Amino acid sequence: MPGTSRKTAVALATSASIALLATACTGQSGSAADDDPSKQTTLTFWHAWSAPGEVEAVKELIAGFRKKHPNIDVKAVGNMTDDKINQALRAGGSNSPDVISSFTTNNVGKFCSSGALVDLDPFFEKSGVDPEKTFPKAMNEYTRFEGNRCSVPLLGDAYGLYYNKTAFERAGVQSPPKTWSEFESVAKKLTVPRGNSYKQLGFMPNYHGWETTTEHYLGQFSPTYFDDNGKSQVAEDPAFEAAFTLQKRLVDELGGYRKLETYRATLGDEWGPEHPFHTGQVAMQLDGEWRLGMALETDPGFEIGVAPLPVPDDRADEYGKGYITGTIAGIAATSRKQNAAWELVKYMTTDTDAVVGFSNAIHNVPSTLAALKSPKLKYDPRFKTFLDIAAHPDSTTTPASVNGGVYLSTIQQFGYDYESGKETDLKAGLAKTARQIDTDIAQAK
Amino acid sequence: MSTVTLASKRRRSALRTLAFLSPWLIGFSVFFAYPLLSTVYFSFMRYDGFRPPTWSGTQNWTYVFQHYPLFWPALRNTLWLVLVMVGLRVVFGLGVGILITKIRTGTGVFRTLFYLPYLAPPVAATMAFAFLLNPGTGPVNSILENAGVPAPAWFNDPAWSKPALTLLALWGIGDLMVIFMAALLDVPKEQYEAAELDGTSPWQRFRYVTLPNISPIVMFAVVTGVIQAMQYYTQPLVAGKVASGVIQGAGTQFEPGYPEKSTLTLPQLVYNLGFQRFDYGAACVVALVLFALSMAFTALLMRRRGGLVQAGDR
Repeated sequence: MPGTSRKTAVALATSASIALLATACTGQSGSAADDDPSKQTTLTFWHAWSAPGEVEAVKELIAGFRKKHPNIDVKAVGNMTDDKINQALRAGGSNSPDVISSFTTNNVGKFCSSGALVDLDPFFEKSGVDPEKTFPKAMNEYTRFEGNRCSVPLLGDAYGLYYNKTAFERAGVQSPPKTWSEFESVAKKLTVPRGNSYKQLGFMPNYHGWETTTEHYLGQFSPTYFDDNGKSQVAEDPAFEAAFTLQKRLVDELGGYRKLETYRATLGDEWGPEHPFHTGQVAMQLDGEWRLGMALETDPGFEIGVAPLPVPDDRADEYGKGYITGTIAGIAATSRKQNAAWELVKYMTTDTDAVVGFSNAIHNVPSTLAALKSPKLKYDPRFKTFLDIAAHPDSTTTPASVNGGVYLSTIQQFGYDYESGKETDLKAGLAKTARQIDTDIAQAK
Repeated sequence: MSTVTLASKRRRSALRTLAFLSPWLIGFSVFFAYPLLSTVYFSFMRYDGFRPPTWSGTQNWTYVFQHYPLFWPALRNTLWLVLVMVGLRVVFGLGVGILITKIRTGTGVFRTLFYLPYLAPPVAATMAFAFLLNPGTGPVNSILENAGVPAPAWFNDPAWSKPALTLLALWGIGDLMVIFMAALLDVPKEQYEAAELDGTSPWQRFRYVTLPNISPIVMFAVVTGVIQAMQYYTQPLVAGKVASGVIQGAGTQFEPGYPEKSTLTLPQLVYNLGFQRFDYGAACVVALVLFALSMAFTALLMRRRGGLVQAGDR
């Protein structure tokens, strides 16, 4: 008998260990949406904001939540990248986040398809909130993947054109360009050489010019990334060829890749006060709505103009549109406090006053229809341009994919090769890029 | 009776041996054998960290070797670093070691000067080099331009990015210098005296006295250098990030290996596949390639050691 019980104990211990190990390895700790959100608890919230003003805004947002839910304490951890978030979502454990927010929608497909973030539809239903009626259409689309709504929009981003009005006046340019051909001529007029470099560059077209990524340029060409069967359309849709041709022409006309890269190496970084648009080294900048607040804070010494990005000449009637993306929030599948976590997510993303307050503080586009119309929304009149871009019916976003933003990186990689002259055959390069995207998706499935 | 005693003595002896070996055996099993076998196992599985692993046959291997566009450039770069960077580091480290042992005055100052950079954290050192070698604002290029020498774009030019990394590696030569210095001071003076009496030139003395005496240390420097080059991760990553301008920004995409994949190394791919794409299977394939390469280089060097190590060491 003692022998039998010892064997049983060993068997039990072994089974428990294997179960624990398996749980640890796969990150699946089971659904835990049975916690009581009215009980005293502490949530861990990981976000990506890092600038002092932004961190303060997050604190205020949480303070507002605490007023409504004094029993739920929130431990906010900032400056988190998607890599770190992804790793923590897999690891689980007491220090891992219950609620996360990411600066990019690129990973939504991966978050949803892998089960890293929980499907929020049951939570929306339980709370009687209809996402279709709460969020703008584009934002509603980029927060779900194949029927799984694993994320919620938490403020949006719209991309437009910033321009140095003083430089425009000096160059005799009356108004911001509306088509890409107008843009090319303005960019050349605004370029002031100095020796082998520039005193002022009209526009930094290289893909390393921070927000001048392939997807941001492509947004103005309304591309179709995938067909109904999920196959890449990079080689099929002429929008891609048109966008790459335009960017390469800009690179060649404004000085060539090497000369521009050397100049770019002398410029301040994207998030610092020495950003080349603030310092007047670059007269036009493709950027998100947050740049206005950041530029004004540095008191750049010239008047800042804001406009939508130009459109292709044959799509002149669509002027006013832009690329839309945004920050998203979600609940970790490993969280044991998912009901409490939902209270925080619901407050941050659907409470009109909270969304408006946060938007006012961070200078991002509000992400609910009610907040967009709220009279409490305070903004510089120029900010209205981005609200209009966000609301424009032709504005575009990038679709979610099973492997996250890998297809965007692949397109960007081709962009680097094409702009530098390493790849010269555009059609063949696009066909190769499309094949690569399809192979990567097959590998991820 | 005597047979039993002998058998039990042998058993006791075997147990004692095992007991003494057990710390190593446990360490070997837990930190080497198990991870290695797991890596082999997962290289044949489809696994993203969430869904349970599923058998995928040789798909990960085919993907890495045939369809992953970053693999071959990273492999070429890693091999370049192994051959050029390690070679130059050993030659330069030995050169500095000899120089310092020959100097009569201010030895301490020179030793400190050469050793200090080794203490700089890799990220800080790389950022400092990126600043110094900035093609537009860096002091190095200003000096070169003023001297009428055409200045390269260093970390912004695919042809110069690896030489720039090599310069950084040579700057931090302090560790090798100390090891070589100790070995050089250990060479018996009588051998030099005898060689001098035989009327040898300084080169002959280096070739036939110094080198045979320090050859085990040269061997050590080469093997550890090869392993370091195989694990080269931080410096190329930081240099690429700084030079490409993408220093931060949570949603900003970063091109690994900037410029034009020239600073991409195999460990970066392990990170990219494993912890950015969460394709653990493919990451394991790259890790195994690294492992196989390290083993191959080490085996090759060990077989060639006959030419490097003097007779008495065999």
